[in-house]
Amino acid sequence: MLSRRVIPCLDVKDGRVVKGVRFEGLADAGDPVELARRYDAEGADELCFLDVTASSDRRKTLVRLVAEVARELFIPFTVGGGIRSLDDMRALLEAGADKVSVGTAALRDPALIARAANEFGSQFLVVSLDVGRAPDGSRRLTTHGGRETTDVLAVDFARQMADAGAGEILLNDMERDGTKDGFGVGLLREISTAVDIPIIASGGAGRVEDFVAAVRDGGADAVLAASVFHYGTLRISEVKQAMAAAGIPVRRPLGVSR
Amino acid sequence: MIAIVDYGAGNVESVRRAIAHVGSTAVLTDDPSELARAELLVFPGQGHFAQAVARLHERGLAEVLRAHIDAGKPFVGVCLGLQLLFDRSEEAPGVAGLGIFPGEVRRFAPRDAHGERVKIPQIGWNAVHCARAGTVLDAVPDASSFYFVHSYHVVPDDPGVVAGTAEHGGRFVAAVARDNVFAAQFHPEKSGAAGLALWTAILGPRWWGRPC
Repeated sequence: MLSRRVIPCLDVKDGRVVKGVRFEGLADAGDPVELARRYDAEGADELCFLDVTASSDRRKTLVRLVAEVARELFIPFTVGGGIRSLDDMRALLEAGADKVSVGTAALRDPALIARAANEFGSQFLVVSLDVGRAPDGSRRLTTHGGRETTDVLAVDFARQMADAGAGEILLNDMERDGTKDGFGVGLLREISTAVDIPIIASGGAGRVEDFVAAVRDGGADAVLAASVFHYGTLRISEVKQAMAAAGIPVRRPLGVSR
Repeated sequence: MIAIVDYGAGNVESVRRAIAHVGSTAVLTDDPSELARAELLVFPGQGHFAQAVARLHERGLAEVLRAHIDAGKPFVGVCLGLQLLFDRSEEAPGVAGLGIFPGEVRRFAPRDAHGERVKIPQIGWNAVHCARAGTVLDAVPDASSFYFVHSYHVVPDDPGVVAGTAEHGGRFVAAVARDNVFAAQFHPEKSGAAGLALWTAILGPRWWGRPC
């Protein structure tokens, strides 16, 4: 059986790991390669690096980081943040990234995903949806870290991206992001029943039960979290134990104690 | 010499890094004469079946791979590098594969036997069950998890070549082995400790009867 994945996310700025609540109040802490190795040893199934650098040399810094991580890490990792073009993607692929996560650029130019799928294959493409809630209660995409709303329905865009050749959907529930109140199970359910490609749940992880609910009730194929792992509130092994106890298939890595 | 066939089909560099991590050196090349000199050939691949076949033929590599296998030299296929060893694929009707293994490559069915939806592509970790003893999979415990990314899987005519299986909407072939050829649908270079253990075994003296 295909295991449900647990994916720690590392927010990276200027080549260093940081973590902010709702993308604000960032504090520098941690060497990405060290953290990647630690998460791998703890049984992470995959890693995600989200670049939040704003400076003009961000791309160079990120490519260097990816190359360092790729030399040390032998589980898959995804890189996201500000990826706009096929050239951006190619540079990260060549540096050793297994996948890229594309958000705003896919919303601005949905055809980018079809071109990228044709060029690099679907396995390389995660499309990231930052989903807010419109005044009428509908779930619609946002941009700029949730500050600006659009009129694009999340479920429509997820279908469009799956058809265009996205390999996976990274579903960020902006209502939950940073709250530790649990993943948005309703939104997960809505998207995971609408598309056949895997869904990665993101936003709201607080307790081990949240991970179980995202998979069992929301239909998530993978669960992503940053601060609960980064600040040591939860260990990956205890999350996996809880998932296994709930009957969810999880990977038991070779050589990792449990 | 260990050579990795670099024919423009996906992230082959990660294979080189994994081999380096377990202490061997491999060259990435699409030069037929260099590939012909290799002791061990690693044949990775991601992407579309038809494009990969076209790229192999453009570079004159199909014959090189066949000659290597016919000479009894160790050969390791990974992912699309497994699928390309078969006769044909549903991904590219009418396009001939290398035909090293009789059989075809099929897309996962969208529903399983109970009518449950099957996620395609399969992306993630799945437990690989050894189908028989005596293959390089002996190097890892039975049911070790490996990382898969694929929408198609191989269906050999001869079930005797199956080395390992896994479950995704039903049982599918995760690895094949015959004589000097081992090929896996999963990515040992992305499968953490289990994958590195497999590379160590692949590159070690025991499996092929001599060091590579």
